[in-house]
Amino acid sequence: MSNIDVKRTAKLFIGGAFPRSESGRTYEAKDKNKNFVANVALASRKDGRDAVVAARSAFAKWSEATAYNRAQVLYRVSEIMQGRREQFVEELSLWSKTKKQAENEVDEAINRMVWFAGWADKVAMVTGSNNPVAGPFFDFSIPEPTGVVAAIAPEDSALLGLVETIASIVVSGNTVIVIASESQPLPSVSLAEVIATSDVPGGVINILTGSYKEIAPWLASHQDVNALDLTGVDKKQIALELEKEAAINLKRVLRPNTKLDGLARIKVFLETKTVWHPRGF
Amino acid sequence: MVFEYAPAPESTKIINLKSNYELFIGGKFVKSKAGSNYKTINPATEEVLSEIVEASEKDVDEAVKAARKAFKSWSKLPGSERGKYLYRLARIIQERSRELAVLESMNNGKPIRESRDIDIPLVAAHFFHYAGWADKLDYAGLGKNPQPLGVAGQIIPWNFPLLMLAWKIAPALAAGNTVVLKPAETTPLTALLFAEICQQAELPDGVVNIITGAGQTGKFLVEHPDVNKVAFTGSTEVGRLIAQTVAGTNKKVTLELGGKAANIVFDDAAMDQAVEGVVNGIFFNQGHVCCAGSRLLLQESISDEFLNLLYERMKTLRLGDPLDKNTDIGAINSAAQLAKIKELTNAGKSEGAEMWSAPCEIPTKGFWFAPTVFTNVSLSHRIAREEIFGPVLSVLTFRTPDEAIEKANNTPFGLSAGIWTEKGSRILEVAHRLRAGVVWANTFNKFDPTSPFGGYKESGYGREGGRHGLEAYLKAGK
Repeated sequence: MSNIDVKRTAKLFIGGAFPRSESGRTYEAKDKNKNFVANVALASRKDGRDAVVAARSAFAKWSEATAYNRAQVLYRVSEIMQGRREQFVEELSLWSKTKKQAENEVDEAINRMVWFAGWADKVAMVTGSNNPVAGPFFDFSIPEPTGVVAAIAPEDSALLGLVETIASIVVSGNTVIVIASESQPLPSVSLAEVIATSDVPGGVINILTGSYKEIAPWLASHQDVNALDLTGVDKKQIALELEKEAAINLKRVLRPNTKLDGLARIKVFLETKTVWHPRGF
Repeated sequence: MVFEYAPAPESTKIINLKSNYELFIGGKFVKSKAGSNYKTINPATEEVLSEIVEASEKDVDEAVKAARKAFKSWSKLPGSERGKYLYRLARIIQERSRELAVLESMNNGKPIRESRDIDIPLVAAHFFHYAGWADKLDYAGLGKNPQPLGVAGQIIPWNFPLLMLAWKIAPALAAGNTVVLKPAETTPLTALLFAEICQQAELPDGVVNIITGAGQTGKFLVEHPDVNKVAFTGSTEVGRLIAQTVAGTNKKVTLELGGKAANIVFDDAAMDQAVEGVVNGIFFNQGHVCCAGSRLLLQESISDEFLNLLYERMKTLRLGDPLDKNTDIGAINSAAQLAKIKELTNAGKSEGAEMWSAPCEIPTKGFWFAPTVFTNVSLSHRIAREEIFGPVLSVLTFRTPDEAIEKANNTPFGLSAGIWTEKGSRILEVAHRLRAGVVWANTFNKFDPTSPFGGYKESGYGREGGRHGLEAYLKAGK
């Protein structure tokens, strides 16, 4: 007698939990041959707002964590990703031209996570400064996380692009709500499961599946979101409208097609704080 | 004890004002194509100083064209050569500093003591600092061979006219950009004098273009399709409009907007120093300071004692002729600003706060507002939430450090903050938890070209000053 597979329900990842969309909606994900793959949660406006609440409540603790701690937590994510390598390859292969391509992307994604993890305790050294002001003062500038970031991950780089998006935002202490690739959602669901078992505090990383066209406007105009990453927005007109919405509370905006990566990407989501104190007895 | 002072006015003979000014485009003063004229005044006397052009869309286009043309050669000039021009500008500003200071006080209303000792020296220092960056851009933190953005459209406010010009123009030029700068409607004169200084320095034509006008002129500049970078200092309201206007373009933007800074005094603070710091925090430049310490947060146990000291100190503030060397509080910059201050202080009274103003004689001509303190203020009052941009202090109290931080951060702004305590660990913890771009501990309202300045949240984005300020005018190398 053959064993029947236990299929996984693809759900959202909000506040460290795996809820279905509060709307009860799902959509059918299809592979590159248009075959049915899974019913995936179709996130709603309300799910987006719930994710913002979760991200905001996680911000204080995550931004206060030591850089060493954040580095270890993100490194831990890469460890668990490695353990799930075959699963990621299998999922990416549903959409990639060859299995080799999928393998390369998974390996690269794991490496990228390790690379970003190492930045946690170096960002302040590289982007901060001690300012030689013309007077008897000690004056320094340090980077701080900007707060809650809403991000639209690339559509066609379902794991690597997602890892780059998430890691570059949270490594400095921000929390994130990320909308994953709509057409290739399974790697994001697996990454959520990795994150849930990697000591990342609940709410630091929130992953929504569904249509950014539907959810992003609500995040762009949300008063409790501090920055907006539009990297995955592939329609000019939508990017323009989202950037306009973001002006409501002067969100920091990363436009699409900037091709920023690495440290330049981390810096988009940083504030600089300058502190002055007089010298003297 | 009351000190009587004899008048000690700075002479205005050094100023050689023209009866009207044209636009500075392509290295020359040129007639406006279609703009109208308006009069710029001395806010302390309401006397007309000169007639100024309100630049039209056509004028803005001419200025952008001149800047674009100049960009081709300016951006290719070796950094060391660009640097030498900037050093020249710094030196001429130092040479003509008295003239610039007097003119700044005449057109803005700020005390000569401030324009002479703070504004103009910082202007020269800013050009000098960025002059040295021009040939060291590889060390700006953007990798090898970073590139200028192109033509920068820059719009500055009236509170520190020439200093804001320096903050905008110096890093832009050092990085190899060319600029079109619009000074504020009410304070164009030192910018036009700076245009003459550019001529004296033999700065290549079109590298700096100065166009005068009001909001509409600024709008033309922001919207111009051949502008690559928009830098704005001003209100959060206008900053929001600019952010919307540039949406969907490739224009890089930096915004330095409003503030409602908390100045937190703990019970162990050195009282006399803290009183001086609070006075300097809110009454410096008549409170026309985006980073002014406009919300005083007093620990409850010292509240009465501190307020008494503050009132006594405020009674000695001298309000009057900005050109008098003994003046502490000058004129409000315009009738419109005075009306705004009055509207908000009236709201303060009607919402139940208690108003106290320093007893001082108000001159019969010009725009003036006595240094004022509101007590019994609650966080929901308009005077605790909105930027007054005048010599008006709102006092709140707190019991614990947590409460102070909570109240300090309870604002959509995040530009600056102050901390007064003798305890080092408390300074560092409070500084760490305040969501503000500049934190002054046991000091306030200090500025330096090497020290990055700019806000969190709705106080804008980007930094001015130091290496960080350079990043606003560069993109990563190819």
